[in-house]
Amino acid sequence: MSAVMASVQLTNEIGLHARPSVKLTQLAKKFSAKLEVATSEEGPWVDAKSPVKIMRLKAVQGETLFFRAKGNDATDALDELAALVYRRFDEA
Amino acid sequence: MIEKHFSGTGASTGLHVGRAIIVGIIGGNMREKLEPEDEKSALKTAINDAIASTGNLIATLGGAEAEILNIQNALLSDDALTETVWPQIEAGVSAHDAWHSALDIEIAGYLASQDEYFRARSTDLIDIRDRVSAHFFGGPKPLALAGGEIIIAHDLAPSLFMEIEWSHGGGIILGAGSTTSHVAMLARAKSIPMVIGVGDIWKDLHGTILMDGGQGSIIENPSSETKRLLSSEIKVQSSSQAREIVAEDDGAITADGIKISVMLNIASLDDIATINANVCNGIGLTRTEFFVRDAIFHEDVQFDRYVALLKWANGRPVTIRTIDAGGDKPLEGYTSPREANPFLGQRGIRLSLLHLDIFNIQLRALLRAAAFGPLKIMLPMVTRPLDVEDARAAVSAVKLELLNAGVPFGECELGMMVEVPAVALCPQIFNVDFYSIGSNDLTQYATAASRDNGDVADYADTAHPGVMAMIEHVADYGNSAGKPVSLCGDAGSDPHFIHALLKAGIRTLSVPPAALLSTNAVIRSLTLTERI
Repeated sequence: MSAVMASVQLTNEIGLHARPSVKLTQLAKKFSAKLEVATSEEGPWVDAKSPVKIMRLKAVQGETLFFRAKGNDATDALDELAALVYRRFDEA
Repeated sequence: MIEKHFSGTGASTGLHVGRAIIVGIIGGNMREKLEPEDEKSALKTAINDAIASTGNLIATLGGAEAEILNIQNALLSDDALTETVWPQIEAGVSAHDAWHSALDIEIAGYLASQDEYFRARSTDLIDIRDRVSAHFFGGPKPLALAGGEIIIAHDLAPSLFMEIEWSHGGGIILGAGSTTSHVAMLARAKSIPMVIGVGDIWKDLHGTILMDGGQGSIIENPSSETKRLLSSEIKVQSSSQAREIVAEDDGAITADGIKISVMLNIASLDDIATINANVCNGIGLTRTEFFVRDAIFHEDVQFDRYVALLKWANGRPVTIRTIDAGGDKPLEGYTSPREANPFLGQRGIRLSLLHLDIFNIQLRALLRAAAFGPLKIMLPMVTRPLDVEDARAAVSAVKLELLNAGVPFGECELGMMVEVPAVALCPQIFNVDFYSIGSNDLTQYATAASRDNGDVADYADTAHPGVMAMIEHVADYGNSAGKPVSLCGDAGSDPHFIHALLKAGIRTLSVPPAALLSTNAVIRSLTLTERI
């Protein structure tokens, strides 16, 4: 099974800091697929189910997030993760 | 096992063999480092406890605060946070140190960020780090010593020294430290051997340790031959100490017949438990910040202990210094927790006058005890005449209270420490009955060399002519005005300084009990009068 990819721009003001990172990983953990995230198409790729690793990316507003997924529900996972970022993590 | 030799600086004499206990210290609590497997499970437990303990809080808080705790718990539950910690623990690092250094690296990464949101995340990680640490150190298993162990740490606060049960003996080895620190002084008073300044090797000491607090030498895994050779020496040493301390001493008279009073510095009743008062001239310094540390709010407990001292002294003077907290002697809920420079901050009488409720409790206990014998009250860190006036006013008010309530009390002399250089140059402006020179603090202030920093120990020299001139000035004034002047710092029992101090006019020395007989012996060998 090959990996599927998606990308989406971070538009929320505070970028991928603690609260959005935790939200993202909580969503990612609902899927069985192996999910990875990066701030560049070339990586480095980090586990999208680890809030500590996602925070280490220190992605800020305006950066593009790349997702890579492998597994049964890979496509659904990418759709939902990208949508969450697009909705600015549902923050007020 | 191979015998390994290390060396540091001797800070309290004596030979001791015991099991090494590596102790981590955070916020006034201690914890022993265990074997790697136990350290790993200790960290797992601490993290799980830190997460579990927020459960109730999250339920009751709700809202933004609960969300912050939820976020912190999500980070704590993430294995990525600890992946660098396990190899460190396997390499022999203690769980608390490995946890701290891993989190500190993580924190530094956020602090270095260009983005202020990410810089701000460092506070969450600091919070996480400290929450887990609190579970390490505040858990249900405080440091328990079977007795005789050697405490090994980076440094040790005086308050922690007091919490350790030393009645079975023991020893102390510190990576840092200074011979003039309060903890070194306490170790000398209790005859606990102590070696300081051994550097980073303290983290690796393991197994059975033989230490010589006089030479500053340490032997790890001493061979049975080494132990056999030294054990006879240890036995001789401890039995001669016990014999000497109860024996009638010839007293302290110089070779040319000048009588010197030698008194004792004490921090607990244990310090004098094996000593007969007739070998000394009374108590020259009672450090009440230790002596009644657990009873600063309890007048009756304090009263009982002060009376016990007076009964022990059997008519000899007992000098009791009011609580001298601050500097390197913090007292929770009393001293200021955040001072950039605590030695130059709120300490001694300055704090007592801020906490008049606690000061009054102590004064009531002291004045009531004074009905049982010659008790002298001594004020620490006096700087301005107003300090003495305010203390006198408090004493008068307490006396009036006791009088009105019909509670018996006695009259006390009121004296002061001379520790501040500005005071040493004008003792005449203070309305007191006696002076006692705290040579350790006077030296650190006059030479601008901190007593708790071993790197500048050579600068903090009481023999500096400038420091000696101050001591001589106070002694001269006391002799001319008929007011007693004593000296209660470490210099008073140091064979290198005793001659110079007596030459400067000091006639009363107050020394740790363990140094009493050696001080007397030095005094007997000295000649003070010039022969023409």
